Amino acid sequence: MSWATTNAAPKPATPAWMKVIRPQHVLVALFLIAYPLVASPFWIVQIGAQSLFLGVIALSLMFLAGYGGMVSLSQMTVAGVAGYMVAVFGTNSTHPLFGWPLWVAVPIAIVIAVAFAILIGIISVRTAGIYTIMITLAIGVAVFYFAQQNYAIFNGHSGFAGLPGPEGFGLNWRDPMPFYYMSLAVAAASYLAVIYLARSTFGLTLQAIRDNARRMNALGFWVNLHRVVAHAVAGLIAAVGGLLYVWMNGRVSPGTIDIGPVIDILVIAVIGGLRHPVGPFIGAVLFVLMKNFAIDLISPERFNTFIGLIFLAIVLVSPDGLLGLWRMASDRFKAAGSNRQWSNSWRNNNSK
Amino acid sequence: MSLSRRNLLAASVALTVGFSVSAAMAEDTIKVGALATLQGAFTVLGEDGMRGVKLALQQHNMMAGGKKIELVTGSSDASPDSAVNAARKLVEQDKVQVLVGPLSGDEGLAVKNYAKTQPQVTFINGTSAAQDTTLRDPAPNFFRFTTDGAQWQAGLGEYAFGTKGYKKVVTIAEDYSFPYTQVFGFMSGFCKSGGHVVNKFWVPIGNKDFSSIVASIPDDIDAIYVALGGADAVNFLNQYEQAGGDKPMIGGSITVDQTVLGSKGKQQEYVVGTPSAGPIADDWDNAAWKKFVADYKAAFPDGFPSPSLFAHGYYISTLAMLDALDQVKGDVGGDQKAFRDALQNLKLDTPTGPVTLDKNRNAIASIFLTEVAKADDGHLYNKVIKVVDNVNQTLGIPEDDFMKLGAVSRDNPSCP
Repeated sequence: MSWATTNAAPKPATPAWMKVIRPQHVLVALFLIAYPLVASPFWIVQIGAQSLFLGVIALSLMFLAGYGGMVSLSQMTVAGVAGYMVAVFGTNSTHPLFGWPLWVAVPIAIVIAVAFAILIGIISVRTAGIYTIMITLAIGVAVFYFAQQNYAIFNGHSGFAGLPGPEGFGLNWRDPMPFYYMSLAVAAASYLAVIYLARSTFGLTLQAIRDNARRMNALGFWVNLHRVVAHAVAGLIAAVGGLLYVWMNGRVSPGTIDIGPVIDILVIAVIGGLRHPVGPFIGAVLFVLMKNFAIDLISPERFNTFIGLIFLAIVLVSPDGLLGLWRMASDRFKAAGSNRQWSNSWRNNNSK
Repeated sequence: MSLSRRNLLAASVALTVGFSVSAAMAEDTIKVGALATLQGAFTVLGEDGMRGVKLALQQHNMMAGGKKIELVTGSSDASPDSAVNAARKLVEQDKVQVLVGPLSGDEGLAVKNYAKTQPQVTFINGTSAAQDTTLRDPAPNFFRFTTDGAQWQAGLGEYAFGTKGYKKVVTIAEDYSFPYTQVFGFMSGFCKSGGHVVNKFWVPIGNKDFSSIVASIPDDIDAIYVALGGADAVNFLNQYEQAGGDKPMIGGSITVDQTVLGSKGKQQEYVVGTPSAGPIADDWDNAAWKKFVADYKAAFPDGFPSPSLFAHGYYISTLAMLDALDQVKGDVGGDQKAFRDALQNLKLDTPTGPVTLDKNRNAIASIFLTEVAKADDGHLYNKVIKVVDNVNQTLGIPEDDFMKLGAVSRDNPSCP
């Protein structure tokens, strides 16, 4: 945990956050902010915004898996619950139930999704490793079938369509630019929150539990409580991502939380890299680009095979995903070139 | 280190800008998108749909109205989300001017809603057959030349009641908008004739275990109406037969297809005599249809033994687009008004007879009433009993009365 030493006792003149910010961070931020000014609506929404909110949902998985050691496959389900609830309590055109305005429906949706995530946490924290994966997968599949066959609340296979996007400040937030910036704000907030949390007492405890739960238990920590709280935090992040998801499509149906999308979130997190919060976003960009353009690169009958091979190649070459590839490349560059001390936050954060 | 990152960023910025300006288009080509289910449970059906598109384009030498047609393919997995995503990519990124698709019922409803946000593009339905894609709240730029699932059942209810003498039936169908529409089409004729549908069973797509349904089929019925597709139909029939079920069957439009007719086992005998109805009939003795089948077989030796209704639907949709483009000499300028007027007024000659559009841009076409028969060499085929011409979306009922029947759903219509 060498970052603790780099951050400890900064010189009085420079605040801690200034030491963390590097030129590349500013460049990435500038690029992300300027991106909609140069891109077409398709690139703004379907590539840009979609990468951001899929990244947010995958970030919730990264938080659980990377810091908590709990690989939960039900993060898309939590996101879907938030999406479903905003349709149930808000307005929609297929199966109107409550029809409350969004400022009421959104908080309710988030609270229910987080409560659901806590429930998943309570059920799954006593398991570990592959059993966590199995039990969260089972929960995801159960919710999918429940949504598909329940008509009173979930409206079965058809689900809900005609969901309005949020409006306010004279803007329809579903228009490309506002939607992109809303997604960017959510992504940035979740990203910074995860970075902050990982360095908080809670985050440190969580990582210690990941590394040796029995020892933490012996030291007097309530291990399962920490894990459930981690599920709640991840649930909050996934829920907000889920709202963006259904607002982009204007609809939610069992297909949104089917086994395919559930696995997609894991794929995004794994190909991006589970070691740092930026990984899921990198993974999401690659995933969205592949989903949209692989069909143009190769015959329409084979493009899914092609996507699978690329993802397989990434994971084979680098178990840490694209993030690991990046680090391997930069390590080699450093070894060949300079001797300069390169303290990068994510790198140090994870060199244990 | 930050140097290399900066390079990467610069490269990605350049890439993005490059992509967004590459959409400029030559004047003498028309970009056409084709959207079908090339992944997921309906992959084989989507592939056959694409064969229909390609056949129509090949027959026109990839030209229409003096312009070259450039085809861009999109793929969905039968979920509405994926269909809209793929449509969005074709329309907003590839800048197609006409989009043919999608294939499945709920996809059609979603793409219709998306079409409303893209008034500059003309959407021509693939084979999606949910009723409300065009009947309620239609999109002005969405055209359907393939009729809907209720139209596909025209005449079946009357035939089952009158000729077959079935008075009480139960229905077993998949649980989404297309089978709802099919059951509606069957029941509108059957209930009017005096028949009763005592119970309706809805199963999820891809259901494997039908035992609970087989067990709850009552004894005092005359027949079962089955609107299941592909593997679902085969699974159901196997389990029904193993459980000792012996009630005769009435088939939906994609129930007694080649998968069922070609499968081996005792159900072979069982399905003989099953009536069904749909937009095509494999063994229709008609020159235009036979030519279409021959062309299909010649163009796609590895395709199905005979074109499915998906190949047929995508074929006539593409054909409609090409004919209309020919009429307007490839003019798709001015918000495509001339092109859309041509589509609206088209008298399309198809392998299954003439097709015209109603005011909601939904097809009025011929429907085939068939019955499974055994040929001399032992193979099963769908014998044409009757061709019902000019079936419109309200099934011959005056529009006001038809709208009063309400939107199709699991519970509507009902005649227990």
